[in-house]
Amino acid sequence: MFAYLVRRLFLMLVTLFGISVVIFFLLRIVPGNIVDILFAAAGYVDPADKAELEKQLGIDQPLVAQYLHWIGGLLRGDLGYSYVSEKPALQEILPRIPITARLAGLALLFSASIGIPLGVISAVKQGTKLDYALRVVSLSGLSLPSFWLGLLILTASVAMFGQMPIFNPNPKTWLEAFATYAVPAAAVGFRSAALTMRITRSSMLEVLRQDYIRTARAKGASEAAVNYHHALKNAILPVITVIGIEAAFLIGGLIVTETVFNIPGVARFLVEAIRWRDYPIVQNLVMFIAVVVVFANFTVDMLYAVFDPRIRYSE
Amino acid sequence: MRSVWALAAMVALSVLTASTATRAGEPKQGGILRMYHRDSPANASILEGATYSVNVPFMGVFNNLVIYDQHIAQNSPDTLRPELAESWSWSSDNTKLTFKLRQGVKWHDGKPFTSADVKCTFDLLMGKSQQKLRQNPRKAWYSEVNEVTTSGEFEISFDLKRPQPSLLAMLASGYTPIYPCHVSPAEMRTHPIGTGPFKFVEFKANESIKLTRNPDYWKKGLPYLDGIEYTIITNRSTAILAFVAGKFDMTFPTHITIPLLKDIKSQAPNATCVVEPTNVSTNIIVNSTSPPFDNIDIRRAMALALDRKAFVDILFEGQADIGGTMLPPPQGIWGMPKDKLQTIPGYGPDVNANREEAKKLMQKAGYGPDKHLAVKVSTRNLAEYRDPAVILIDQLKSIYIDGELDVVETANWFPKVARKDYMLGLNLTGSSVDDPDQSFYENYSCGSERNYTNYCNKEIEKLFDVQSQETDVSKRKPLVWDIDKKLQEDVARPIIFHARAGTCWQPYVKGVTIMSNSSYNGFRYEDVWLDK
Repeated sequence: MFAYLVRRLFLMLVTLFGISVVIFFLLRIVPGNIVDILFAAAGYVDPADKAELEKQLGIDQPLVAQYLHWIGGLLRGDLGYSYVSEKPALQEILPRIPITARLAGLALLFSASIGIPLGVISAVKQGTKLDYALRVVSLSGLSLPSFWLGLLILTASVAMFGQMPIFNPNPKTWLEAFATYAVPAAAVGFRSAALTMRITRSSMLEVLRQDYIRTARAKGASEAAVNYHHALKNAILPVITVIGIEAAFLIGGLIVTETVFNIPGVARFLVEAIRWRDYPIVQNLVMFIAVVVVFANFTVDMLYAVFDPRIRYSE
Repeated sequence: MRSVWALAAMVALSVLTASTATRAGEPKQGGILRMYHRDSPANASILEGATYSVNVPFMGVFNNLVIYDQHIAQNSPDTLRPELAESWSWSSDNTKLTFKLRQGVKWHDGKPFTSADVKCTFDLLMGKSQQKLRQNPRKAWYSEVNEVTTSGEFEISFDLKRPQPSLLAMLASGYTPIYPCHVSPAEMRTHPIGTGPFKFVEFKANESIKLTRNPDYWKKGLPYLDGIEYTIITNRSTAILAFVAGKFDMTFPTHITIPLLKDIKSQAPNATCVVEPTNVSTNIIVNSTSPPFDNIDIRRAMALALDRKAFVDILFEGQADIGGTMLPPPQGIWGMPKDKLQTIPGYGPDVNANREEAKKLMQKAGYGPDKHLAVKVSTRNLAEYRDPAVILIDQLKSIYIDGELDVVETANWFPKVARKDYMLGLNLTGSSVDDPDQSFYENYSCGSERNYTNYCNKEIEKLFDVQSQETDVSKRKPLVWDIDKKLQEDVARPIIFHARAGTCWQPYVKGVTIMSNSSYNGFRYEDVWLDK
């Protein structure tokens, strides 16, 4: 187990190094830089001013030198300065992480707490009206883009209640804080919940046909015990995998949701930073997201062993 | 007796009503004005900014030497008012402009304002100081200024190379605040210090901008508001819904398109909304340095094919203006009168006749029903650029030109245009001051950085100087009209239309005036107040 862990950690480092190279060079391949954008907004360019600004920002240096400068700083905990705000990148990124983390966490919670039970019910009630209804709901969840759903929620709120669940940076109570995040989390988590539900359903259907389920019923176990204790425990592995992958994909949905609900999280910030070609922000944020995704995958792998005793990571 | 009592009661009631009405009309102190901001500006430095996204939130932090009257919608030479300058005077030969400065004004950090600050500001703008702006988009405005000199602590003079009455207009722009000497340009980008009615509190990129009341403002009793808070909402639908839901007191100025204005009026019928020209023209840039548009006949044919009214009807439901380079009257001061405008080829009302003439020109150039000219129509990837570009492509079909839309990301748009890597482009040009000097020199003079089409006509450039030196507005106007007409006839940069946009605020917001010939000069907000 220990050797496996060391091997996985080593692979993670190699992956992160690879990602850092890809992020860095892909960003430079994209045409235009912050100086182009600043001067484009002004509608003119003075070549001397442009060269001076490029020198100030260090983007006149060879790419390898720029890369080494960035990675060196990153290893020392120095993320550099935002080209736009001229503040330390860490100072810009750090306050936004908890906002997105809360939103993502709540969305995943929504996804799991809605998707798994409904998936189980749908499987157990296979072929009934309830099953069909749940399948329609899950299909809708997969089909509705989150930005559209978000706008629909906002429009409906304004039209029906004259109120709008827009981000409140200073919630006074726990309930207010929850309300601030709950609606956008539901909007972004709806698709995830639908996917979780479908995977849970198909996985459960497979497990429910196994002999040991029949044995459990024969031994007099209640339906709930059969479904949730015996069947779900064995059907959960693919669901965990999907939730792990969804955690990584969530960032895409969050970009849109944070924009629609005006939430000042990292996802929206990333888009703005890309728009401005704010390299220090983009590089470090994408690197941060990469670390989260790599660790999420690692955690999912470890959870396999916890949920299924048959799986053991041995040499 | 009963009637006497009734009469007395009525009189008392009317006196009471009248006095209440007077009180209701009087400005009230206090309250925070909540507005949304359409995007996150690059920084807080107006001198380095090139978009009104910077002016709107930060104009209230500063003062100018002179300013356009904030309660008269049309900026004109008659609406110039003293601000940090108490008065001004021209020398007899109109080459020296002297300002007497206001005494007792303090910067937000408590330091006194003097003529040295004014000199520092203009040395910075003219590139003469040790410290440099990160970018200096309006350096060309001061090309006729030799030197800015102080005479004591409260007098400053601008020595000009030649008379240029429009200098005052540029000094009155929201783009020309006075900066303190003792604060570096870098600090001004992150924490601006001004003398204005509001002090800077914080700017969180992509989140919010907060200003608070300056209790030591030199205009006693002002500002009325305790502060202004801008929430940055980049999604227009979310922003407008939030306004409708009452989360904001006012929309971002001139941010509402005409179709969206209808939505607001139906969902928030009590809101006050105004539609004004933005002094941003939508125009065609033509690469006349290479084929096929090096052929003047093809350029003229293209100009003749334009159905400007169709653009206005489709995009603005009829609420936009057709004109030349200068914003047309009545809102524009310098635009050509309608009868003169209609004498320009392509501006006449008979679109079919114009297009028949255009077809003949195309046939003369070797194109016709069997041989179409294929062109790429490049434009920026923003709705206000893309939408008219699509209509343009449709209209060009009628004269054997097959256009293909080439959408360019914002970051690459200007570099592409600057290196002339386009055939035909659809562009937007904003004028921060409604004055021919700003527009003509910037966009049409030979070698100007913003002369994207490389149009160069030495004869017309001489006329630029003639109009620029004319101090009599009534004499200057015909000169400007002739130049504008010639620019359109030369197809230097065909103007399609001048846009209009809406601004809305809740009924309790008072004292807001939206400028009708500039989107850059009307955001001091010192006497805006909330009636609630």
